[in-house]
Amino acid sequence: MTFPGFLFVSVVAALGHAATALAQVNLEINTPAIASLQASMQSRHGQLAPLYASGAVGLTRDGNVALRDASAVPLAQRQQVNALIAAENQDRAALYREIARANGRPEWEQDIRATFAQRWISRAAPGWYYQNPAGAWVRK
Amino acid sequence: MRSQRIAARLAGLAGVAALAGCVTINIYFPAAAAEKAADRIIDEVWQLKEGGAPATVKPAPKETK
Repeated sequence: MTFPGFLFVSVVAALGHAATALAQVNLEINTPAIASLQASMQSRHGQLAPLYASGAVGLTRDGNVALRDASAVPLAQRQQVNALIAAENQDRAALYREIARANGRPEWEQDIRATFAQRWISRAAPGWYYQNPAGAWVRK
Repeated sequence: MRSQRIAARLAGLAGVAALAGCVTINIYFPAAAAEKAADRIIDEVWQLKEGGAPATVKPAPKETK
């Protein structure tokens, strides 16, 4: 009779999964891929910080950055600022994806992005602009 | 004979239910852990931890989460 045996295996499997879920107290972020994205974003921040402060660039509700006020950037520099924004968003997308992957849960990418979106905004300096949940720009 | 068959069926159903339980448990997203991880990365990227950055006076180390 396989009935008790099968039931036992099922219960053990369920407990094993529950234990895995409970063990997940911290997210893994110490991987070479994440470290190098972090370093790349950190070195770019020197150029982005004045743009946040002037309101030219703001933090979006979906965890990216965007050109908010092009007129705050001299025409000659607009191309460069757009490239900066594109590079930053590329790194951010890769960061969210890498954190999900480092934790063996690629399907968490959007949750991680949403978490970061909130945290970037709540840790932003006074005077910086961010998008509220409706998508309108708000000055912090 | 017949009752053994039913028992086997029930065992099958129990197994499926247990496996479904696993899936449900694993969908859980650790929101608090994700916030902590995000904050650690943001500290690095925006250089908020080193004493310098005057624009980023932190209110209190503990936030209610």
